[in-house]
Amino acid sequence: MNLVRGLAEALARASTALPADVVQSLKRAREREEGPARVQLETILQNVEMAKSRKIPICQDTGTPTFFVRFGVEFPALKELIAALPEAVREATRSVPLRPNTVHPFSGKNPGDNTGRFIPAVAWEPVLGEEVEIHVLPKGGGSENCSVLKMLAPGVGLRGVKEAVVEHVVACGGLPCPPTVVGVGIGGGADLALKLGKLALLRPLGARHPEPEVAALEEELEELINASGVGPMGLGGRTTVLAVHVEYAHRHPASLPVGIAVQCWAHRRAAVRIRPDGTVTVTE
Amino acid sequence: MERVLTTPVSEKEVRALRAGEVFYLSGLLVTARDEAHKRILERGSPIPLEGLAVFHCGPVVQKKGQEWGVVAAGPTTSARMELFEADLLRGFRPRVLVGKGGMGEKTLQALAEVGAVYTHFTGGAGVLAAQAITRVLAVHWLEELGVPEAVWVFEVERFGPLVVAMDSHGRSLYKDLAAQVEKNMEGIRARIRGK
Repeated sequence: MNLVRGLAEALARASTALPADVVQSLKRAREREEGPARVQLETILQNVEMAKSRKIPICQDTGTPTFFVRFGVEFPALKELIAALPEAVREATRSVPLRPNTVHPFSGKNPGDNTGRFIPAVAWEPVLGEEVEIHVLPKGGGSENCSVLKMLAPGVGLRGVKEAVVEHVVACGGLPCPPTVVGVGIGGGADLALKLGKLALLRPLGARHPEPEVAALEEELEELINASGVGPMGLGGRTTVLAVHVEYAHRHPASLPVGIAVQCWAHRRAAVRIRPDGTVTVTE
Repeated sequence: MERVLTTPVSEKEVRALRAGEVFYLSGLLVTARDEAHKRILERGSPIPLEGLAVFHCGPVVQKKGQEWGVVAAGPTTSARMELFEADLLRGFRPRVLVGKGGMGEKTLQALAEVGAVYTHFTGGAGVLAAQAITRVLAVHWLEELGVPEAVWVFEVERFGPLVVAMDSHGRSLYKDLAAQVEKNMEGIRARIRGK
């Protein structure tokens, strides 16, 4: 598979088939629910099945293309990779097809191919080695509108962090298409906290943070938010979040940034591995 | 028995619907998002909306020859249209709104006043929605607004399930639930403070 085709394939895969861990989690949620909440989850699962078998996008909001690239500093084809990312977006927009979502913020003009100034959004992270690993996260606008940054006073401590996350996610109600997946980034600075929140979304559901203290916080946040009763689609029920994932960075003594990245139930992800010889494999 | 309403929907049919009930829609479903709402209020609707259903949706479409096909067409977040909806309801008299996430007090009042309902379709279930769209009858303002924001006129057959989330008698499932959630939050806040 060449680079552009491999990346376009990853976008197609992410848009049309939910990862197995997300489907499993939705099925478990369905078993917990009854009444209107259960109807919502049944509709969701039926839709997921149909999208997968026909290879068409799960949701009409196919998102803004976002790539998280970990590139080995010895990877020999970096120049080609830089050019391949927007080209793959154009290709996938035509072939899947994806909804052309990018619009100019001043004129409202839509270029029609999902690219534009700074878009696709690419987060580059150099690592040792000669391989490249790319995560694709097409994220819809409804849930992204619920992503926020809270700059807390450090004095409020972990309790303040819990309060901020729970209050925010519950206040969002049905807007981000719950049951959602919530990525929380604690510490760093304003931009890093939000980025950590997004990176936390890349972790498969069911996988906890390796540090027990962080894992315990994830579990507690899930329990607290689900006790709210917001439920699937904000129509009431036991499952408001499928999971909460937490990441952290060291912080400035005067700042306690908390980035909250909210992702809808259609938690679309795909991953791409590129070997130095140019072999491309798509997973998830 | 599943209830099916066919456009044009009458005031009597709409007034009979109560919050929490489920129905399916056949007939004409017209998409309108933020830009389309704004434009309809400024210069009139490209299609008479009376008795029809307005769908908060920006679809994924594909042109095959001369015909448009709909690939995925679930609802978008309705709250953004709160700015315009009451005026649109009063000025153009659609009977059914289809969206997700619910709308506010101004819309709830206008629904009661003109006799219309706001219905919820499962967010993200774009494929299921597209399945019920039998034909694209027209598209307006495509050139100016682009695919998601254009006004698409769909012919639909048993489109749903649509949950009546806000009825024409002033009841809103979202308002009811918000009160329950607020009550639950008291306990949750105490738990956070206690630990």
